[in-house]
Amino acid sequence: MQTTSDEVLIGRIAGGDRLAMQVLFARHHVRVYRFVLRLVRNEATAEDLISEVFLDIWRQAGKFEGRSAVSTWMLGIARFKALSALRKRPEEELDDEAAEAIEDQSDDPETALAKKDKGSVLRQCLTKLSAEHREIVDLVYYHEKSVEEVAEIVGIPEATVKTRMFYARKKLSELLKQQGIERGWP
Amino acid sequence: MNAIKQEEAPQGDVEALLPWHAAGTLSRRDAQRVEEALARDPELARRYDLVREELGETIHLNETLGAPSARAMEKLFAKIDAEPARKAARSFNLGARVSEWFASLTPRTLALSASVAVLAILLQAGFIADIVLKDRSAEYGTASAPTSDPGVGEFTLIRFAPQASADDITKFLAANKLQVAAGPVAGGFYRVRVADTKLPKEELGRIVKKLQDDKVVSFIATVQ
Repeated sequence: MQTTSDEVLIGRIAGGDRLAMQVLFARHHVRVYRFVLRLVRNEATAEDLISEVFLDIWRQAGKFEGRSAVSTWMLGIARFKALSALRKRPEEELDDEAAEAIEDQSDDPETALAKKDKGSVLRQCLTKLSAEHREIVDLVYYHEKSVEEVAEIVGIPEATVKTRMFYARKKLSELLKQQGIERGWP
Repeated sequence: MNAIKQEEAPQGDVEALLPWHAAGTLSRRDAQRVEEALARDPELARRYDLVREELGETIHLNETLGAPSARAMEKLFAKIDAEPARKAARSFNLGARVSEWFASLTPRTLALSASVAVLAILLQAGFIADIVLKDRSAEYGTASAPTSDPGVGEFTLIRFAPQASADDITKFLAANKLQVAAGPVAGGFYRVRVADTKLPKEELGRIVKKLQDDKVVSFIATVQ
């Protein structure tokens, strides 16, 4: 079967094709939502933001130059929207405790460790990383973005992308160590 | 954050690439460099196992985050409908235009065009290098597999609800006399034939609406 490429869909969206917009939305909205949710840590906000992200795509499709993949362009827009929303949000809403409700449903680190479920502890520790570190880990591991693409989405040099990923992983190791899991690295 | 920006990566160049190697997003050259380093350095290979563990759990974590409700899409299209009508402004991106042109061709036309192009190149090469390709002409026939014209009829793109079981989907397809023509493709879509012949737009719309209301269907759109 032949699938219409994202670039072709964007071309059609630029021409006002509503159906092309539906296909693009269906293809990417879950991943964009998850990326935004991991940043803003609030389901309602994330849901509102993806409507805004795709509305921007509808409006700016004619300006898309195809220098990067459409998904990279979309994640860049999503990141900008998420960070803007975080800046607007009152301090009290940034309380991490409220965010825990939407995080991984597995056991807390102590319970998970008691069950010797290393994977569960690792997932819990991933949720404890800073927004900056969560973002880079997700982009590399979940959104499968190359060094160059991460640099474009986050707006940092490629060397910094590698460095930041290193420190995110180092922090993860420290968090695991606090939970009694010694990885022997770094 | 500031501290990070000022720090330099203390690890080796190859080790810094391990996360991207695990995700499969390195260039072929870099991937080969990493593979060679992994083969000769057991400690690096051990660290690579840690990276793979992180990769697996990051995917697991993200997959537990769920998906937005249908409200997000409704809200988006309500906003789009409220937008002022715009001229059919097209992107001037040449690459996109070329992609669109190729996408507009049927697989059969594409295969035929490719065959003609290959033949033309071969003829040219033959004149230039004075090479005779008598025995190779058979290789440049159409690339299309013989089919019972799979392009006839009306098709939709369907993504099934994550909670729908294989049994639910089978019953849904049988009850509505649908045929899966291809898939799954990117985004978990299936190309599904809803009718063996072309239908009036209104009738197709009615069928799509009916299918859309089924709990097995997460998303449906008609395709040309």
